[in-house]
Amino acid sequence: MEHDDEHGPHSDLSDIERRVRALETLLTEKGYIDPAALDVLIDTYQTKVGPRNGARVVARAWIDAEFRERLLRDATSAVAELEYSGRQGEHIVAVENTADRHNLVVCTLCSCYPWPLLGVPPVWYKSAPYRSRAVRDPRGVLAEFGVTLPASTQIHVWDSTAEVRYLVIPRRPPGTEAWGEEALAALVTRDSMIGTGLARSTAGV
Amino acid sequence: MHYLSHADLGGQSGFGPIVPQPQGEVFHAAWEARVFALTLAMGATGSWNLDMARSARETLPNYLELSYYEIWLGGLERLLSASGLVGPDELAAGQALRPAAPIPRVLAAEQVPSLLARGSPAARPPPGPARFALGQRVRARSLEAPYHTRLPGYLRGRIGVIERVHGAHVFADSHARGLGEDPQWLYTVVFDSRDLWEAAAGPGHCVSFDAWQPYLENP
Repeated sequence: MEHDDEHGPHSDLSDIERRVRALETLLTEKGYIDPAALDVLIDTYQTKVGPRNGARVVARAWIDAEFRERLLRDATSAVAELEYSGRQGEHIVAVENTADRHNLVVCTLCSCYPWPLLGVPPVWYKSAPYRSRAVRDPRGVLAEFGVTLPASTQIHVWDSTAEVRYLVIPRRPPGTEAWGEEALAALVTRDSMIGTGLARSTAGV
Repeated sequence: MHYLSHADLGGQSGFGPIVPQPQGEVFHAAWEARVFALTLAMGATGSWNLDMARSARETLPNYLELSYYEIWLGGLERLLSASGLVGPDELAAGQALRPAAPIPRVLAAEQVPSLLARGSPAARPPPGPARFALGQRVRARSLEAPYHTRLPGYLRGRIGVIERVHGAHVFADSHARGLGEDPQWLYTVVFDSRDLWEAAAGPGHCVSFDAWQPYLENP
């Protein structure tokens, strides 16, 4: 039988692919799901919602002092001005990096992450090595990402245990005083908004 | 009453290095994307809530051996069985053996954008005055909760300071057990790392978490 399976109609499928396909068929047969809705959900997070949204928020905060103030006071309302809202971003808090303070976001209990601003999280964010060590040894974790901060910089680790989602506002790279919002947004990486990275320097552009 | 979460990882060691991932990679296989979407679409039927889903995932016996979307798949299969929407025999057979059970709603493709834009805000009118104030010292309780909770083990019994007061939010511990929303005041509490770890690596830092009022007591 095993031999037959290997040459059957889905012979190239792994066990998990078979299991997922069977579940989708079953739920469709039962009328619990509309398969077309699945395609829209996937397309949304593959092509529409991702870290470019957060980068736009950060760049706006860098060039617009009043927006920055609103963002720090009530990030949920401030990002809604740019039409970012909704699922896994219902309650957003923005935390700003300074010369003295660096912010790092983790969810030790699962994978809480500000979806409307950053999309769905990368694998490492959801995995045991990062979740276990970020709260205990943030400097060691940052070193694994190639980030070294001065010993005098205080690190604040935010463990997202409830429905509040955190966005780190990285420091604006020097030499960008004359830059516009779009060019600045290109310097803002996903990792810099989690706190495991810094914004790109102008040398890398 | 036995409840064992395998997800409370803060402060543990022995999991090895962090594996980086380039920006722009979202799903690593087509099946991961389908599991992601199946989970969201079934969540949208209103047959269970997000806290119940987290509880179903964190108690999978082989949680630590599974990849992220394997955990989601295992959680979804459990929720389907527990809610009576799909029998374990149907999951095993990979086909429907009985008619469908009634569900509150089915997510249609055209409803997806508005569903995502709306989200599920957790803020609720407060049940009474807040017990704690900004700047106040509090202790995270040493609760041994035999149910889903969002109070991490590494903070239990530790003393911190109220840094933010968020208003009242749906209380995960009650919501996950089907006991209703039970809104409770939510705070951000910040701890000095030197009060958390006996031999902190390198210079000190601080750690905060979001705590519903029942997680906290006067020190």
